[in-house]
Amino acid sequence: MLNQSTVGVGQKPRAWDRLSISTKQIVWAWTFLAVPILFFSVVRFYPTAEAFYLSLTDWDFLRPASFIGLENYRTLLADPLFWQVFRNTFTYLLIGTPISIVLSFVIAYYLDRIEFGHAFIRALYFLPFLTTAAAMAWVWRWFYQPPPIGIINSLLGMFGLPAQPFLRSVDQGLPAIMATAIWAGLGFQIIIFLAGLRAIPATYHEAARVDGLGEFAILRKITLPLLKPTTIFLVVFSSIGFLRIFDQVYNMTSNDPGGPLNTTKPLVLMIYQTAFSSYQMGYASAQTVVLFLILFAISMGQLWILRSR
Amino acid sequence: MLHASTRGLFSSVKMLSAGALALGLLAAHPASAVEIEYWQYVFESRVKAMDELIKEFQAENPGITVKQVTFPYADYQTRVVAAKAAGKGPDVVQLFYGWLDNFVAGGLVQPLSKEKFPAATIEKDFFPIVSAMKRGNDYYGLPTAVRSMALFYNKNLFKAAGLDPNKPPQTLDELLKAAQATTKRDSAGNFQTAGIAFDIARQDHNWWREILVRQFGGAPYSADGTKVAYDSEAGRKALEFYTGLQTKEKVGREGFMDEGQAAFRGGLAAMVIDGTFRLASFNTISGFEWGVAELPAAADGTRSNYASYFANAIGGTAKGEKLEAAQKFLAFITSEKAMNVWLEKVGELPARKTVALSEKNLANPIYGPFIRGLNYAHTTLFVDEAAQRQISIDMVNSVLLQGTSASAALSAAAVKEQQLIDKRKAN
Repeated sequence: MLNQSTVGVGQKPRAWDRLSISTKQIVWAWTFLAVPILFFSVVRFYPTAEAFYLSLTDWDFLRPASFIGLENYRTLLADPLFWQVFRNTFTYLLIGTPISIVLSFVIAYYLDRIEFGHAFIRALYFLPFLTTAAAMAWVWRWFYQPPPIGIINSLLGMFGLPAQPFLRSVDQGLPAIMATAIWAGLGFQIIIFLAGLRAIPATYHEAARVDGLGEFAILRKITLPLLKPTTIFLVVFSSIGFLRIFDQVYNMTSNDPGGPLNTTKPLVLMIYQTAFSSYQMGYASAQTVVLFLILFAISMGQLWILRSR
Repeated sequence: MLHASTRGLFSSVKMLSAGALALGLLAAHPASAVEIEYWQYVFESRVKAMDELIKEFQAENPGITVKQVTFPYADYQTRVVAAKAAGKGPDVVQLFYGWLDNFVAGGLVQPLSKEKFPAATIEKDFFPIVSAMKRGNDYYGLPTAVRSMALFYNKNLFKAAGLDPNKPPQTLDELLKAAQATTKRDSAGNFQTAGIAFDIARQDHNWWREILVRQFGGAPYSADGTKVAYDSEAGRKALEFYTGLQTKEKVGREGFMDEGQAAFRGGLAAMVIDGTFRLASFNTISGFEWGVAELPAAADGTRSNYASYFANAIGGTAKGEKLEAAQKFLAFITSEKAMNVWLEKVGELPARKTVALSEKNLANPIYGPFIRGLNYAHTTLFVDEAAQRQISIDMVNSVLLQGTSASAALSAAAVKEQQLIDKRKAN
């Protein structure tokens, strides 16, 4: 009756009114989600897809692109510079990530145990993370200078040790830059490890102590296994960071970016130079696709290796 | 009654204000107003000098307004290219002469009108290096100012080393002797003062390529610029001389004080080879007196120099009345008057021979050596300046850091550079 009369008043029930509350909630959720999805589609996913297409063209920014198939990839694989840059990138990754993870864990582990000055020391470690990478790179660049201005070489001189070329060396350049990058990321990793350590219930440790376990056994059997999710996150996060390293290298070697003799050049810097110095956008896109595949494979691989069984 | 009159008053106020508005618009934009855009990269003294030139130009040409648009140097080329892609290019644009091939290929610039800028007049009035803006029979742009290189030396350090501060080295031998006399090292062998500051990434690669190679009897490229010619006896000797200053004579070291110009500026290097563009920075030095000398000659008296310039060209999209205005503006900023403003405000040398080679300029202790250098200067026909510079940097570094022999480093560089030139010329 009532229903009939409502209809009779003249309005058909609107589509919206006929939806159940849970359906309405879903519609609302998607309405709000549409904004970031649209944003990501336009500024992230579309250009990404476009980069895949461009990698198959010879676009040079000036003339219209023409399709050249896999030519860019063939050039890339035959380019000795690419392989050198590839090796450099993996050196940053394979040496930088373990060192930074172990170092930040050790610091977090001991920092967790002290009460006096805890917050202050934590803040000191975190400070570099808040600093602009470029500014930090320039400060370190000056640390590494030869005498008479480089502070590290001045210290070496005080102990009667010979001055080191650091950034002007084909052997020391990459480690010198990597040290800066490790230091820059340390603060963040320490904070995350600290949070992970604090999240482990103290009762576990107490129970283990009652059972007579030594500190090292507690670390190995309780702390590390329970920190696994934190560690996975940091390993993936730090690996991606080292694979994408750019700021430190570019700013510390800006006279000869990635030099000397390309010994410090990472993949991202090669892409940047190919695109914005030589304007070979197609070739740069091919390099970007390769970087994407590497990042993707490594992230997936790490998630798989460190997955919880 | 009252009502009607108020309405009448209102409407006349409206009409008045509309008329005033129209008048105002007319005043701001005269009937034939054309606005053109001039693009250059950000460099304070250049931007200010251009502001002044624009003001004068607008006073002379009331129908034309010029809007100056600037971008950071690092982004500059990308912006020009991107603007063209978006169909909003500049009407008059500044470009490094070495970018011309790319700019022509991309249609970013158009050839100058042969009636308004006859080739014969250009070749008579400008220094010969302007030919780097010519492709076929067409000129694509004209410089306001040119830059050349010279030897900067620290008079205080010369005096301290017992050298005459008013007699800078004239030959490469004298250069070496002065460098040896001024070099100071501590007990561990570290430089305290370098005789010469080296910086292969800045001007030293030009010094090697266009000057030393020629002074040792060779040429860096074939006459048409398509073939690398420095992989020769002369090239090897030039490279050995250059790297020998660091490895054998030890009168300086790449990377000392981070950059060559910083070492000189800091008073820790007695000499440095650099260009006119460094004058603005060195003019602010207060700690010591410095002087400028022509680049040292070879033993047989051969002199050479490297000159480069930013030229002004007409944007590829300018047409109709904008094109006409752009041509007028281009003629104005490459006139004698503009060149004098540029010399005074920016410190860059006039590109017209008669303006540059005035007695006053030649006698100037700072500009004189640079201007004399223009008489025998060469200009490298780069196909990709950054990439070719990188090849020279790597060549020198492989000798300095890896102990590669000069001839091996030279051959490797020549092969790489030839490949690059061939690839770009094929496009």
